[in-house]
Amino acid sequence: MRDQDALMPRNRDIHPVPYDPAYKTSVPRSPKWALVSMESSASEEFGPAFGHNKFGPHDNNLILNYTRGEAPAVGERILMHGRVLDENNRPVRNTLVEIWQANAGGRYRHKKDGYLAPLDPNFGGCGRTMTDENGYYEFLTIRPGAYPWPNRGNDWRPMHIHVSVFGSGFGQRLITQMYFEGDPLINHCPIAATIKDRSQLDRLVAPLDFSKSRPLDFLAYKFDIVLRGRRQTMFENKLEGL
Amino acid sequence: MVQSLDVLQETPSQTAGPYVHIGLIQAHAGMENYYDEELGQSPIEEGALGEVIEITGSVYDGTGWALRDALIESWQPDAQGKFSKQDGADPKVHGYCRFAADAETGEFTLRTVKPGRVGSRYGVMQAPHISLWIVARGINVGLQTRIYFDDENNAGDPLLSRIEQTPRVQTLIAKKTGEGKYRFDIRLQGDGETVFLDI
Ligand SMILES: [Fe+3]
Repeated sequence: MRDQDALMPRNRDIHPVPYDPAYKTSVPRSPKWALVSMESSASEEFGPAFGHNKFGPHDNNLILNYTRGEAPAVGERILMHGRVLDENNRPVRNTLVEIWQANAGGRYRHKKDGYLAPLDPNFGGCGRTMTDENGYYEFLTIRPGAYPWPNRGNDWRPMHIHVSVFGSGFGQRLITQMYFEGDPLINHCPIAATIKDRSQLDRLVAPLDFSKSRPLDFLAYKFDIVLRGRRQTMFENKLEGL
Repeated sequence: MVQSLDVLQETPSQTAGPYVHIGLIQAHAGMENYYDEELGQSPIEEGALGEVIEITGSVYDGTGWALRDALIESWQPDAQGKFSKQDGADPKVHGYCRFAADAETGEFTLRTVKPGRVGSRYGVMQAPHISLWIVARGINVGLQTRIYFDDENNAGDPLLSRIEQTPRVQTLIAKKTGEGKYRFDIRLQGDGETVFLDI
């Protein structure tokens, strides 16, 4: 499969609805008119590449990266790990995975977050890594706290980690959120509920994974991510101008 | 039972939320030295071939308010229409940039080179364009769109030709405001709603 092979069209049915009155901010921010569809072109089939050389030693360790190894963050230590695959069921190698999250108390290190839970002086809340040759990635972090947010009268976000992934083409770009198995708040969250097919929402819920947990150190949660695939056919129209 | 297909389904999207800047554009969130090097700070290095241009605009919601929290990513080829992985591509053009609406004014600026024409599967070249991907709180699936240019020949572009309502084509065309300067506003909803893409 080559970088200039056509991307499979997105199946919009598995994604959240753009407009959902229960998630109030989506009301003025959702386009009303239909998207214009076209077969992918070089603009979507190629994408940025990031080198390992730009990465620091603690970039995928959120327990240590804010203090650059000086002092650990407060909270329940967890390993978030998984693979990035594409719809062709192939590993997506050497691709960038970035995460960001609240601290153990549910507070983000962001000037717009005024939640009364305190900041942890040793926790920044973001990490990044590249997948390996098998599409595998991992982050050591702390389990983020649930937090309230201004939406309806008493809405709370379940524990979650925001995840951003690239793939090899810009048209594969994806941002999503990982939830935690067993969190009762998932069933009450209007953002989670923008995904109307419950079986699709369940794909964002990471199971507890004792196979990767380290005794006396951390628990593990597994989160696999699937990006758009590429069309494979022997009857390929050549891209004009390539 | 029929045979099963050996394919997976894409992972569902979720909103990037209000704190996306922490994750993707740390300096904008007030965390300048979080990483040794922040990614996507500029699509070009000094010495990139072609015309250096500056595109300024805002992302407006359905009430006409400019978003203060929008995050945009751009992706483009060099002045010859080559993407960074392709043979002969200008080594000074990475082509990828991340930028955010200003927290006070809601305005963004992208400084880059004017892209060249790239191919299509429709037997014609595409007019020069920059691909955009927009995320923010309240946007549940990242929005794809494109910037074309009003001083280029856009006739016959396969994407623009697909837009049935001809006046809507204008929502994808940056307007020249001065030497090397363009204005490109994005309207998420309402009058003049930008054409968003499913490519
Ligand atoms: Fe969040």
